[in-house]
Amino acid sequence: MGSRSSHAARIPDVDSIQRETGFSQASLLRLYHRFRALDRNDKGYLSRVDLQQIGALAVNPLGDRIIDSFFPDGSLQLDFPGFVRVLARFRPVDDGDHGNRDPKEPEPLNSRMNKLRFAFQLYDLDRDGKISRHEMLQVLRLMVGVQVTEEQLESIADRTVQEADEDGDGAVSFLEFAKSLEKMNIEQKMSIRFLK
Amino acid sequence: MLRAALPLLGLPLAGAGATEEPTQEPGSPGEPPPGLALFRWQWHEVEAPYLVALWILVASLAKIVFHLSRKVTSLVPESCLLILLGLVLGGIVLAVAKKAEYQLEPGTFFLFLLPPIVLDSGYFMPSRLFFDNLGAILTYAVVGTLWNAFTTGAALWGLQQAGLVAPRVQAGLLDFLLFGSLISAVDPVAVLAVFEEVHVNETLFIIVFGESLLNDAVTVVLYKVCNSFVEMGSANVQATDYLKGVASLFVVSLGGAAVGLVFAFLLALTTRFTKRVRIIEPLLVFLLAYAAYLTAEMASLSAILAVTMCGLGCKKYVEANISHKSRTAVKYTMKTLASCAETIIFMLLGISAVDSSKWAWDSGLVLGTLFFILFFRALGVVLQTWVLNQFRLVPLDKIDQVVMSYGGLRGAVAFALVILLDRTKIPAKDYFVATTIVVVFFTVIVQGLTIKPLVKWLKVKRSEHHKPTLNQELHEHTFDHILAAVEDVVGHHGYHYWRDRWEQFDKKYLSQLLMRRSAYRIRDQIWDVYYRLNIRDAISFVDQGGHVLSSTGLTLPSMPSRNSVAETSVTNLLRESGSGACLDLQVIDTVRSGRDREDAVMHHLLCGGLYKPRYRKDGMANMEATNGKPPRDLGFQDTAAVILTVESEEEEDSDSSETEKEDDEGIIFVARATSEVLQEGKVSGSLEVCPSPRIIPPSPTCAEKELPWKSGQGDLAVYVSSETTKIVPVDMQTGWNQSISSLESLASPPCTQAPAMTRLPPRSLVTEEPQAPLNLPSDLRPSFAFPPSLAKAGRSHSESSADIPQQQELQPLMGHEDHTHLSPGTANSHWCIQFNRGGRL
Repeated sequence: MGSRSSHAARIPDVDSIQRETGFSQASLLRLYHRFRALDRNDKGYLSRVDLQQIGALAVNPLGDRIIDSFFPDGSLQLDFPGFVRVLARFRPVDDGDHGNRDPKEPEPLNSRMNKLRFAFQLYDLDRDGKISRHEMLQVLRLMVGVQVTEEQLESIADRTVQEADEDGDGAVSFLEFAKSLEKMNIEQKMSIRFLK
Repeated sequence: MLRAALPLLGLPLAGAGATEEPTQEPGSPGEPPPGLALFRWQWHEVEAPYLVALWILVASLAKIVFHLSRKVTSLVPESCLLILLGLVLGGIVLAVAKKAEYQLEPGTFFLFLLPPIVLDSGYFMPSRLFFDNLGAILTYAVVGTLWNAFTTGAALWGLQQAGLVAPRVQAGLLDFLLFGSLISAVDPVAVLAVFEEVHVNETLFIIVFGESLLNDAVTVVLYKVCNSFVEMGSANVQATDYLKGVASLFVVSLGGAAVGLVFAFLLALTTRFTKRVRIIEPLLVFLLAYAAYLTAEMASLSAILAVTMCGLGCKKYVEANISHKSRTAVKYTMKTLASCAETIIFMLLGISAVDSSKWAWDSGLVLGTLFFILFFRALGVVLQTWVLNQFRLVPLDKIDQVVMSYGGLRGAVAFALVILLDRTKIPAKDYFVATTIVVVFFTVIVQGLTIKPLVKWLKVKRSEHHKPTLNQELHEHTFDHILAAVEDVVGHHGYHYWRDRWEQFDKKYLSQLLMRRSAYRIRDQIWDVYYRLNIRDAISFVDQGGHVLSSTGLTLPSMPSRNSVAETSVTNLLRESGSGACLDLQVIDTVRSGRDREDAVMHHLLCGGLYKPRYRKDGMANMEATNGKPPRDLGFQDTAAVILTVESEEEEDSDSSETEKEDDEGIIFVARATSEVLQEGKVSGSLEVCPSPRIIPPSPTCAEKELPWKSGQGDLAVYVSSETTKIVPVDMQTGWNQSISSLESLASPPCTQAPAMTRLPPRSLVTEEPQAPLNLPSDLRPSFAFPPSLAKAGRSHSESSADIPQQQELQPLMGHEDHTHLSPGTANSHWCIQFNRGGRL
């Protein structure tokens, strides 16, 4: 245990990161090792290429978009706090999180809304806060694969947008997106136990 | 359904009936002398199946009676009522026959009654949920069952050592362990019967139920090992035997699972090739699953595990391969058989309990067992859950644990196993039987009765049914991909990673191998949800009595209202006229601008998705008879209007089996195969009746085969056609000519037809282009042109004189299709019929 904490101390700003993300020291340390392993030239940051090297991500239909979401606002470098901040959204929701939280503090990164927001921005490519029919179609194209024709895809996209679209603007806003998933246990579906 | 169950049940109960036969046999010679008798009473020949049928009938009638009162069934689980009914019936039989009859025979139970239940539960197991909780399920099934067996057995032995069990129960530690092994397993039948009515949340249900299914392997092994140890005598058991016992646990469980998966593979592969013999599809499912069960049983592997895995493994592929009707048939037969078997099991359990000759009572043993199974079950659940919760994303809370402990019902498996014990080897068998009966009755009746109030009282999360939505389905997939990606990034290969891996493997290899290519191409979960939503909308709308076509306005609120209004009016027109032929003209009429055209394409496409199932349901029965039936034809023509759906439509046409969309290759292949036959048959046939060359219809399948749809001019995007080929764009003439020439060569008509043939296409062509009216008069023969003026005016009879005859010819047409083939009709009527027929064949 002693050696662990001394390792964890090597992470820059470990305390503030821990406070922000809610990760345990052990998890942070594990993530730090992973971060260093991904950073192949010891640059101190990750580039897109570093993430693209991960084999299984290449076959993930949403792989590119997920990689992009690690690099907000078009930045090219991902430092460790940023890396952890993205992953913090997938931290399981503890029961304790609700109880003793100061209402003035910002929403924890792993809140339901933040989890949903992460998924939402994978759809919303142009960052206008809405999933247009076109954006929906693009995602569907990635997900459904080749076996369904373009016309069918379009009709699915139409219907999907219509289903969620409540104000009739032909696009799905974040609120509508969250509403369409209100019955789903997002806290459970968007969490990885490993990231305690 | 009874008949399906009969052969299953006939054999075993024949044994029960056979005991009576000898007593009747001597009586038969005394009956009427040989010779021609007007009546012959042959009871003993039909006795066995008759009795089986009667029992099932009684059970089914009892079920009906139970459900007459909703109050009773909402309070008392059906299984309790059935057991009580069995007790009553057993009492009556005992009173009448002075001896107990119709026991629950272990052979009957394991070979005939159990498989349908297990298959049903395995096949309809929500696989995603099952694998999501596989860790917990396996823990409870393996560790939990072992724990229960050993602790219960040892505790009972301790009880005996303490002198609380009467000394006449002659049993050693091994006997008690054996008893513990058979009494400890949670029973799938009982759990299913009770939990299906309780509606706890899915996770809780799948854990309890999955455990009850998977613990079979452990139970079987424990039972067999203990049994053989008892038979060997505890002194002779070597250390290697214990090792063998442990090893056999793996052999039995993994072997059973492997057998199940092999048969699942075979089953999926077989159904891939049943396209032309749809009728045996349900049969195949049952046969191969049953074969899996018997094979596992034969190799003394876990048969329950085998069937569970078979059902679980094959479902995805089988469902994709078999037709819609077969799917329904499989579902209902499976449910019927399972419910039948379950009913009989509980009833026979009740009846068996009446036979007091088989059991011997010992209060200490009975009470001790009851206490220990409840206590150790609870303790085991708490301990295991504590360990599991260290690893679970969603921990199982205390309430869950209470329900899991309390839901550990014992049932017929324990009873059948205890009956199977050898009295000579295990002197205490009678005591064990009595105890088992009490335990089973206690768990099913007392726990079954109280679990519902308990669940209510504890406010256990109930399962909530909500309709699937496209958004949920799509986003769920997104989440899966996100989680898999995050696991990749984190470098921790957990559950999501492996599931993602498996899905890719499945997509790449397994599905390719096991699914019909058409099914594989269409089978996508998102698409599937979309498709089902459309079906549901369509059905609900039709149920409300709406117009079929206008329902598009309902399901697709964003459709331009203009279109749907137009469609409604078309529908009305069609209703009045009873003709499907003029629809397309109407559609064309409404489609003018590019924007509208796009809308129309979309509309047709959606209609295609929407109405195909309806069309399918009508199936073969309607294929010949009701071409003119408006709703069906409407949907049909609509779908035919879009290039994309024409493909599948064509397949529907050419492949007279009513169901699945087929892939391109399949379609083309089939289309050729049938169209050639068709051309030779039909076309020449029509020649005989009406020799006029211009009447000769090109076979639609043939025409379509040749039609270069995609290579046609781009601006003419809307190929509106009825029955896929009635109406073809003007600039498709070359294609038509080609097809006609190919048709000529096939049908070998007189060569004089050739010039006339070249004129044929325009007749069948209607376009929306403004110049079309100008072209048409010159190009078209009046006999079968649909001038746009007619189209615009709908069915108005105040048309030019040239139009009126056409209409008059057209309308009777649709009503008399069946006869026109025989009667020498007008040229037009033949033309139409040919298309309809050709299209369908």
